[in-house]
Amino acid sequence: MTIARYVLGFILSLVLTLAAYAVTLGNKGAAWLLAVLVVLAVLQMIVQLLFFLHLDEEQRPRYKLWSFIFMAGTLLIIVVGSIWIMFNMNYNMQHMSPDQKNQYMMKEYNKGY
Amino acid sequence: MSSVISVSEKQLSQRTSLGFWVYLMTDCILFASLFATYVVLRTATAGGPSGSEIFEMPLVLAETIILLTSSLTCGIALVMLRQRKIKQMVVAFAATYVLGIAFLTIELSEFIKLISEGYGPDRSAFLSAFFTLVGTHGLHILVGLIWLLTLAVVLSRRGMTTKLSRQITLFGLFWHFLDLVWIFIFTVVYLMGVAV
Repeated sequence: MTIARYVLGFILSLVLTLAAYAVTLGNKGAAWLLAVLVVLAVLQMIVQLLFFLHLDEEQRPRYKLWSFIFMAGTLLIIVVGSIWIMFNMNYNMQHMSPDQKNQYMMKEYNKGY
Repeated sequence: MSSVISVSEKQLSQRTSLGFWVYLMTDCILFASLFATYVVLRTATAGGPSGSEIFEMPLVLAETIILLTSSLTCGIALVMLRQRKIKQMVVAFAATYVLGIAFLTIELSEFIKLISEGYGPDRSAFLSAFFTLVGTHGLHILVGLIWLLTLAVVLSRRGMTTKLSRQITLFGLFWHFLDLVWIFIFTVVYLMGVAV
């Protein structure tokens, strides 16, 4: 835990932030852009976990690291699961006309639950 | 300490730090739910504006750099605390405080501008999710600023104690954590919002 370490973490975070900003404004609409942004965000997360939150300096038993990994797993299930389910729902509803959708929704509604 | 089994200061500090860390992990799950809600609803604009039409990216970049810098000054303050340089620590935390206020001011002005243009949280599901996610982070920043102020009051009245030193370390964890959450708000809400 030294100032030099904090400054290094700050510079790395700043570079990653500016890179993400520049690449977004320069490549709007590109198919690969979202993947690049996710990678840059995860890289900056790792930088800050090491340089700001000192996760690597923890002594055994490494409860902080494991609770973080458990949280990350839960987070992925919530976020990826929601996107997956809602995308599927939207996809499956596309094959109906608006009238059919209304009829379907009314039928479901009249079931009473 | 009145307990039969005596606990060393180092052990106590590690225990409180771990307990606070577990709280931060549960807070991450709260943010995960809000992120999931936002991502699912981001296209549900109900005829209102989409993200790319209302986000002012230079201001958002300024917010991001301000918060990142406040994380740096907070870290410097924690190093000063460890070296028992209390005066330097107070200066570094004062900088953290000013940067935190600046961040919150920019965010609030963004919110007020959107609401005055008729793009408040009641306009569309997208805007409801946007205000809830970004607003919850802003609320955490506000709580952090109030916490820092109370720590300053305790320091000025009673001076530095081992207990206060422990609490300041926890505040540092909290502040760094808020910067970590902001990386993902910056990426998922703002950058991905204007990317499409």
